[in-house]
Amino acid sequence: MTALPPFQTVLDQHSTAVMAILRGAVGRDGAEDCFQETFLSALRAYPKLKDTSNLRGWLLTIAHRKAIDHHRARGRRAVPVAEVPETAAENGLPEPDERLWAAVGALPPKQRAAVSLRYGSDLPHAEIAAALNCSPEAARRSLHEGLKRLRKELA
Amino acid sequence: MKATIDRLTARAAEEGLLDVAYTSADSPFGPLLLASTRRGLVRVGLPNQDPDRLLAEIAERVSPRVLEAPAALDEVQRELDLYFAGKLDRFDLPLDWQLSSGFRRRVLRAIDRIPYGQTRNYTEMARRAGNERAVRAAGTACGSNPIPLVVPCHRVLRTSGALGGYGGGLPMKQALLELEGVLDEKSSS
Repeated sequence: MTALPPFQTVLDQHSTAVMAILRGAVGRDGAEDCFQETFLSALRAYPKLKDTSNLRGWLLTIAHRKAIDHHRARGRRAVPVAEVPETAAENGLPEPDERLWAAVGALPPKQRAAVSLRYGSDLPHAEIAAALNCSPEAARRSLHEGLKRLRKELA
Repeated sequence: MKATIDRLTARAAEEGLLDVAYTSADSPFGPLLLASTRRGLVRVGLPNQDPDRLLAEIAERVSPRVLEAPAALDEVQRELDLYFAGKLDRFDLPLDWQLSSGFRRRVLRAIDRIPYGQTRNYTEMARRAGNERAVRAAGTACGSNPIPLVVPCHRVLRTSGALGGYGGGLPMKQALLELEGVLDEKSSS
């Protein structure tokens, strides 16, 4: 096990990427709050972190959980999804799709992360693989399984 | 981004997640690294010491929850500024001794009581720490001082009166002793 670097180093190296991804996932306004929550959670867990080989992936996974929480809580500006909901919105804005986010939140961790990284942040498979610390094939498989499950849940 | 990071640091402190706050402070000798815990000042890095290496060591030995938080070190910086200006002869700062232990800590606590403008030798420090014969160990303790300047290891000399060593380099030790009026300028070891 390699020693944990000072948390400031982690913050310096990854804050820009985390912020960029959060802006993509929840928009500029929500990103600030999600950023704070992401790094506070990370800081809380940091001393017990065992594997330091993929700090970026670790942070991105936390960021995506926070983005999902944010969408669930606000339910307003939905992130791009694979399928457009077919119900009409009453006020002209997309309906908050509570069911979709609840279903995403209920996926097993790897599938949940893969789905939100792909459709929440528009990350290519290679980056999802890096964030999840797995091979691109495994990332593709998690994504595929996650989508299959969502389709079944929401059918 | 800076405002965002500042907010994060402030919230981390509020929520008890900031174990070590640090900053870089100017001094007449070059930049100093200052680091404190909730208990007090835990580490001072001298200009010739690599701050990244010191921070890595702090992360390992104190806590990895290390964040740059200059405000937490305002008082330390203020007192150091006054000291370098020759306007402060006694630091009044809470200290965290956790980076030293046993005999070394006893030596450092004895050094902490040497008044401004006075010097002692390594033998006296060994005696005050409870083992007069451990002169060499007392020297090592001085050399390992995690809080130099504030814990004034520069006031400890060889029994012969020679300057001995200094983590920040001998010219700095000499300059500090000149500042305190112990050595005349130009006099040397």
